[in-house]
Amino acid sequence: MATLAKPKRDTYHEAPGWRQTLANALLVTEREVKDSFRDWRILAPIIILTFLFPFLAQFVAGQFTDFVSDFGAEIIGERTIPFLLMIVGFFPISISLVIALETFVGEKERRSLEPLLSTPLTNTELYIGKTLSAMIPPLVASYGGMAVYLGSLVFGELAWRPQAMLVVQIILLTTVQALVMVTGAVVVSSQTTSTRAANLLASFIIIPMTLIIQGESAIMFFAPDAESANGIASLWWIIVAMLVVVVLLLRIGNSIFNREELLGRLIDQFNIKRMVTDLWQHVRWGDLKDRRVNVVAWYREGVGASLRRIGKAWGVTLIVFAVALVSGYLIGLYPDYQLQLPQDVELSDMTTNLEQASAFFFGERPVVISIFVQNWRILAGATVLAVFTFGISALLLTPLVYLVLGYLFSQIIAAGYNPLLFAPTVLTHGIVEIPIIILATAAALKLGAVVTRPPAGMTVGQGWSQTLGDTVRLWMGVILPGLLLAAFIETYVTPVVVRMVFGG
Amino acid sequence: MIEAHELTKIYDDFLAVDRVSLNVPAGTVLALLGPNGAGKTTSVRMLTSILEPTSGWARVAGYDVVREPAQVRGHVGVLTEQHGLYERMKALEYLDFFGKVYKLDAAERKRRTLSLMERFGLTFAMDKRLGEYSKGMKQKLALVRAMLHNPPVLLLDEPTSAMDPQSARQVRDAIIELLGDERTFLITTHNLTEAEELAHQIAIIRRGRIIASGTFAELARQVVGEPVMELRVAGELNGLAKDLSDMVRVEDSGRDWLRYRVADPQTTNPALIRRVHGLGIDVVTLAPVSQTLEQVYLQIMQEDEAKEGAYGDAR
Repeated sequence: MATLAKPKRDTYHEAPGWRQTLANALLVTEREVKDSFRDWRILAPIIILTFLFPFLAQFVAGQFTDFVSDFGAEIIGERTIPFLLMIVGFFPISISLVIALETFVGEKERRSLEPLLSTPLTNTELYIGKTLSAMIPPLVASYGGMAVYLGSLVFGELAWRPQAMLVVQIILLTTVQALVMVTGAVVVSSQTTSTRAANLLASFIIIPMTLIIQGESAIMFFAPDAESANGIASLWWIIVAMLVVVVLLLRIGNSIFNREELLGRLIDQFNIKRMVTDLWQHVRWGDLKDRRVNVVAWYREGVGASLRRIGKAWGVTLIVFAVALVSGYLIGLYPDYQLQLPQDVELSDMTTNLEQASAFFFGERPVVISIFVQNWRILAGATVLAVFTFGISALLLTPLVYLVLGYLFSQIIAAGYNPLLFAPTVLTHGIVEIPIIILATAAALKLGAVVTRPPAGMTVGQGWSQTLGDTVRLWMGVILPGLLLAAFIETYVTPVVVRMVFGG
Repeated sequence: MIEAHELTKIYDDFLAVDRVSLNVPAGTVLALLGPNGAGKTTSVRMLTSILEPTSGWARVAGYDVVREPAQVRGHVGVLTEQHGLYERMKALEYLDFFGKVYKLDAAERKRRTLSLMERFGLTFAMDKRLGEYSKGMKQKLALVRAMLHNPPVLLLDEPTSAMDPQSARQVRDAIIELLGDERTFLITTHNLTEAEELAHQIAIIRRGRIIASGTFAELARQVVGEPVMELRVAGELNGLAKDLSDMVRVEDSGRDWLRYRVADPQTTNPALIRRVHGLGIDVVTLAPVSQTLEQVYLQIMQEDEAKEGAYGDAR
């Protein structure tokens, strides 16, 4: 047996460079791909979908084209051909989901992951290696299938000459769809300890993906620019949107795919009582552990800590709001989008108009409550949606109001009014309301985005629980009281100020 | 080679490992014993830099488990509780993959693989797929994998659990042989005979806490007290127990034997034999009553449970 030689300190790297990372990742990929190709359950569908299905699709395309041309509807046949190209590409990549679930949770289930986790490979190397291994075989099959299908169409009886850009778009769509499914599967796998549970959760990937495919199919059939040499514009947007999702899922996957998360989770248990108790504990005690809690301490230390933890989301939110406001203003400068405001309105009439508008929007209910409900409903909706969209929806929904405000501002100027007159109607209550809206948006962004990068030393679950606690705490302590105060000012103070400024 | 200070792991509100401290020098085998769920695997995972301790620190093979995880994992060989082999691969392929991961060059990979496969009697199965291996063969191959990169520290979770007696012997011999190279072993096992044979140090863990540690002799002394000797004579005792009562504390006796406790057997036993001879009684045997690790282990566990019960009652 070999004698013990002291290994060199630089043999293993704590933070390897990208070349080393890629080389190590490819070691894992090579092993996994070889392993996948030894599994007939993976190999058989890949072969069938690569070499047989394209011919079937080509046959269907030919038959369909002939059939509809009898009725003078050649366009339907022509547009079925690229649709089938997409389907030929999509079927093999659907296997990537199976391989990804097998590669991640299957290995966890068979306990073959731990020996790998005991090696010097970093989490990122393992993650990249496994992600590539889940993607390569299906993508090879997908590209192969599409090549066979295209070859049979171009050189076959149909002699189809596709728009090159449309083919590029379909290949890109296939690739990003595979990426979404694999990166999504990693996230799903991390939340389960069995393939069965992972397969159930995989419906969260399959269902949206099926809807996207249906949408893409409809676009291919109905898009007015379906024959454009630049490709179909809406498909470019879908590709970009899915790439954004991929980047976010990659970030989540990289956060989740670590040794602590993979081995720390023992059971797939969903304990609502425990979750509620933990949440309440965090909201109430949080940063005040082992201390007597009173409202002052809760505000000063608890709410203060929650505000600080929002961190970079503050900056991002402020920038997006500013961009929305400026964009609204700039849009309003385009003659095509300008409102033709009457230029001879007496300012005193505006007071009456505002009161009428208020009655129209809020009806018979007490105005304070109506304004309050309206505002909290929008912010709560943005927060809930943010959870499912990594915070993106928070940055899309609430700043819309500021886009409109920027637009109105430009219209007032265009109509020749002093823009400062705008201030009393908005800023009187806006002094309270605007910061509250920005805070709620930043908190929603943080809540949605925290899963993509949990706080240092925390797992994704711990990071999300803490942020949810912070969000509830901010809503209870600042946002709801703030919205109530703003609604009160808007009802009782703003009209007085407006009357003072405008008269009436 | 393994140093741990108050290593603690908390999952949410579950205390899995509670302030575990260890010091295992090179050339030493530490057996970590304890019931299922006591925290053995979690401790091993922290020492392998797979799990990060909630508090406390540890250095393995000279590297910090939190700050230098890749170095730690590169310098330890780990046999996990489940062998975790890739069943569609062949043994050579499998070991080649791990050899590459551990940065061994091709010649070294081949040399180490062949030598270890031969050492564990697996040469005949090198080209077989791992799915065709028996349970014991899989366990041995997992051990080969753990030793492939010649690590100075080996953490072995139940190394012989699935093996037949002959294979288990092979593994124990390999461990003893490897110790000569100043390697450090941490073994978790339920096989107390094996632990007794291999371990220089024993630590017993219960509910995440080390409740006893030391050499077997130290633990036995701590639990059972002074060594017990058994004297057998030719014929009957004829009041011998009474005659020896000023020298030793006789604990039990029969027709031709008696047992006594003695603090310093080296001085007391020769004097005792001289006295028995002087009384005209022939000594057949005088030997220590063997205490097994199992007895010591069970006693320690019982005492800890009782202590915990008393503490619980007091509360």
